[in-house]
Amino acid sequence: MTNEISPTSAADLADAVCGALRDKAPLQIVGQGSKAGWGRPDQAMRRLSLARLSGIRSYEAAELVMTAGAGTLMSDIEPVLAAKNQQIAFEPADWGPLWGKPAGQGTIGGVLSCNLSGPRRFQAGAARDHFLGFTAVNGRGEVYKAGGPVVKNVTGYDLPKLLAGSFGTLSVLTDVTVKVLPRPEKQRSVLLFGQDPETANRAMTMALGSTHDISGACYLPMDLARRSHVDLIRNANKAVTALRIEGAGPSVEHRCTALRRMFGDAATEELHSMRSLAFWREIRDVATFMPDQETALWRLSVPPASGAVIAGRLASALPGCSWFLDWGGGLLWIAVPPVADIGAEKIRQSLVADGGHATLLRGPEVLRRSVPIIEPGALSQLLRRVKQAFDPAGILNPGRLSADW
Amino acid sequence: MLMPEPDSAVLARRPQLVDALKRLIDPAGVIADSIALRAYENDGLTAYRQPPMIAVLPKDTAEVAAILRFCHQEGVKVVPRGSGTSLSGGALPLADGILLGLGKFNRILEIDYDNRCAVVQPGVPNLAISHAVAGRGFYYAPDPSSQIACSIGGNVAENSGGVHCLKYGLTTNNLLGLEIVLMTGEVLRIGGKHLDANGYDLMGILTGSEGLLGVVTEVTVRLLRKPETARALLAGFPSSEAAGQCVADVIAAGIIPAGMEMMDRPATHAVEDFVHAGYPMEAEALLIVELDGPEVEVDHLLSQVCAIAEANGATSQRVSSSEEERLLLWAGRKAAFPAIGRISPDYYCMDGTIPRSKLPQVLARMEELSLRYGLRVANVFHAGDGNLHPLIMYDANKPGELEAAESFGADILCLCVEVGGVLTGEHGVGVEKRDLMPQMFNDLDLNQQMRLKCAFDDKQLLNPGKVFPVLRRCAELGAMHIHRGQLPRPDLPHF
Ligand SMILES: Cc1cc2nc3c(=O)[nH]c(=O)nc-3n(C[C@H](O)[C@H](O)[C@H](O)COP(=O)(O)OP(=O)(O)OC[C@H]3O[C@@H](n4cnc5c(N)ncnc54)[C@H](O)[C@@H]3O)c2cc1C
Ligand SMILES: Cc1cc2nc3c(=O)[nH]c(=O)nc-3n(C[C@H](O)[C@H](O)[C@H](O)COP(=O)(O)OP(=O)(O)OC[C@H]3O[C@@H](n4cnc5c(N)ncnc54)[C@H](O)[C@@H]3O)c2cc1C
Repeated sequence: MTNEISPTSAADLADAVCGALRDKAPLQIVGQGSKAGWGRPDQAMRRLSLARLSGIRSYEAAELVMTAGAGTLMSDIEPVLAAKNQQIAFEPADWGPLWGKPAGQGTIGGVLSCNLSGPRRFQAGAARDHFLGFTAVNGRGEVYKAGGPVVKNVTGYDLPKLLAGSFGTLSVLTDVTVKVLPRPEKQRSVLLFGQDPETANRAMTMALGSTHDISGACYLPMDLARRSHVDLIRNANKAVTALRIEGAGPSVEHRCTALRRMFGDAATEELHSMRSLAFWREIRDVATFMPDQETALWRLSVPPASGAVIAGRLASALPGCSWFLDWGGGLLWIAVPPVADIGAEKIRQSLVADGGHATLLRGPEVLRRSVPIIEPGALSQLLRRVKQAFDPAGILNPGRLSADW
Repeated sequence: MLMPEPDSAVLARRPQLVDALKRLIDPAGVIADSIALRAYENDGLTAYRQPPMIAVLPKDTAEVAAILRFCHQEGVKVVPRGSGTSLSGGALPLADGILLGLGKFNRILEIDYDNRCAVVQPGVPNLAISHAVAGRGFYYAPDPSSQIACSIGGNVAENSGGVHCLKYGLTTNNLLGLEIVLMTGEVLRIGGKHLDANGYDLMGILTGSEGLLGVVTEVTVRLLRKPETARALLAGFPSSEAAGQCVADVIAAGIIPAGMEMMDRPATHAVEDFVHAGYPMEAEALLIVELDGPEVEVDHLLSQVCAIAEANGATSQRVSSSEEERLLLWAGRKAAFPAIGRISPDYYCMDGTIPRSKLPQVLARMEELSLRYGLRVANVFHAGDGNLHPLIMYDANKPGELEAAESFGADILCLCVEVGGVLTGEHGVGVEKRDLMPQMFNDLDLNQQMRLKCAFDDKQLLNPGKVFPVLRRCAELGAMHIHRGQLPRPDLPHF
């Protein structure tokens, strides 16, 4: 059985890593374990919990920065920022429910380590773009820091970028500093009903190439739209293309009008504030549309103008799958019924022509073991050397990202 | 400035190296003539000069790969160079090194409006990208003041910013893909037209790596649609405290302007005498706030910003009513460097970032230092993000003034770190701030960064002598004695 260590300071944590090194006992690093179902099952012997390294250390709203212990729950951070009318702008998803876990469990360290982002990705960036600095313990048991406590900094290598999306395989984050931004005063979404996928993709391309500063653009085929809890989406009985606009009140109204004019008869409805908020939360968190725990869930990042074409290709190759597009076509979610290789071969093949990458987000454990999170191809040698530069003994989350390390 | 000791064995082989390079690439791209080499002896940090041993101007990725593979085999150092506008000496050549100029990489390869990106070669000047797509109403957002000249490859290497990066981000937030060549000659493609990395974010780490990790041979940048309108407010304040509070209040009101720039009185006077933009001469601090977007939004937010400025005691306010007037309001700020150049034989541009609330304290300390060193200083400030550019005025022909300017500059940067800021916001560490790195980072911090360098460049041949104050061999950095069962328990630092 695995035993759990739960340090309360960076120094304690370093001791734990040194102990693991001495005993050659690899560590599994967990925030709350909300995303443990993602990626190759860990092969660690000890659990290192960040739960007690939590709490907001400092928050300077006017400087747009916040520092917190890596184990701080997002659900504890968000209200503190909201009280100053601010937010974490990259809209980190709450994916716990995708794996049948409760909502609201994600920690800031986990969000950064997985480089999460939401529908605003193409406009506001991902976790990487808001991660300013950190203190961490590397695989040698050394406490070190990188980045800085201010929003603009190029002193030394931008290690926060590298740690974002490293799935805890390079270092254990103890304290993190992120950029925070004002919450938009208002939001609305313009809806286009009944479009076929390629028409919808073109509409999103048009909208994103306009001056209307779109902050969300997604397409739900009819079967998925019917799963929404937002009345105007569910009751449409049609495929839905949604375009979100956020900002100052008069600007939102102006841009919505302009957008509707751009699409003429196709733009029939709008989602107003609370409906719009609820809808994009569903898109962000995905589980509403992909509830079936038995299916394998893939997340494909692709050139945005090609999203519908790739989706069409995969839909005919993988009978029974369901899918939708986010990021103006640049993000394809696809749930595949349990088949031999959960579509891995076909999905990764589908990206050869256009470029992009596919991540298996949910799937049966045996299959996750055979499908690595990443498929870095020509980059794999370099990635391995990068891993060794931080964790030469391979004791941090071994096997989580790659079968070999 | 102490650079790594030139390797006499390499210097002795110079003629053979020249011959070998001429066989390796188009011989017209190999420069060995000592007069011609002078063209590369410095970058924008003109206080340091060193002609390279040899310069090479490859014309394609295959030539870059061949040169690097050869240099890796032969143990010869390489310094990449874009347009040579670095203000931190990042492109300063080495006496025993090859300067790799990317000037021939000057083509825009593809513009893809549907995917809102452009694929360009690294030698393309920053502004050329925006020009190429302006006809369709698009632009490339990061806009360093040097944008007519500086190359996009240099921007990637320095993670350059501009006056609009508060709202639109730095270079790193506006890239989609890179092609890089490692010191071994291996060519790698990272990213593409899609978002996010497949594995570790190598593009994120290459950006801002100051030419130490790989040579960038192709860049895919994001394109944005140009906002419908932009207008600027020029406001004068009786003190830097008042102007700083105004900035804080604008942000607290939930407004992120496209640009928010501050100048102190000496800077204001210097530029007004130069460009006659109508800046208020009595103001202790001047603020330019630019809003962009649809007309209704700009009007709505500008009226809020004006009210905030009023509440903070602004002594004058002027809102641009035409594009000409907006450009005029900016003209002074954009000409700040040359304007200082007009009133002083030489100036030294610093680049620290501070928490904005510390501005009055930092300015006061700077005034004391100015008196102590007997050198004038003017300040321009990216106020939105706390990035301060003190311009120290000196005369290089007066003995000792350059040295005084340098130690004044170092004192300012240490002050930035002391108040909770950092050594550089956008110009990079280079050689200039190399020896100040321990102000921000201890040995453990720096060792971790150097180990990353070793993952890319095991022989440390790419741009050595920059960024890191002490060079350690990769073997030494990588050593770990866990197999003896006894880990040397590190002296754990306490935070
Ligand atoms: C004639 C008519 C037509 C309508 N048509 C539609 C329609 O087509 N589609 C539709 O969805 N609804 C429709 N509604 C209902 C409408 O949703 C509500 O009146 C809505 O609250 C107003 O939308 P708004 O965007 O103007 O919100 P606002 O006036 O901006 O806000 C309404 C309330 O929500 C709060 N709020 C706004 N944004 C947020 C946020 N991000 N977070 C937390 N709180 C927030 C505000 O503080 C305020 O209390 C219609 C109503 C009427 C009377
Ligand atoms: C008047 C003036 C104003 C400026 N204003 C700003 C400003 O507003 N904001 C800002 O951020 N900077 C500013 N700068 C600094 C400078 O312009 C930027 O750092 C710029 O990005 C450097 O680009 P370059 O092509 O001139 O690079 P160079 O000076 O040639 O090189 C800079 C560094 O990048 C490396 N490098 C260059 N090309 C490559 C490549 N293809 N692959 C790998 N490494 C490479 C070099 O080795 C060196 O370390 C200013 C400079 C001047 C002179």
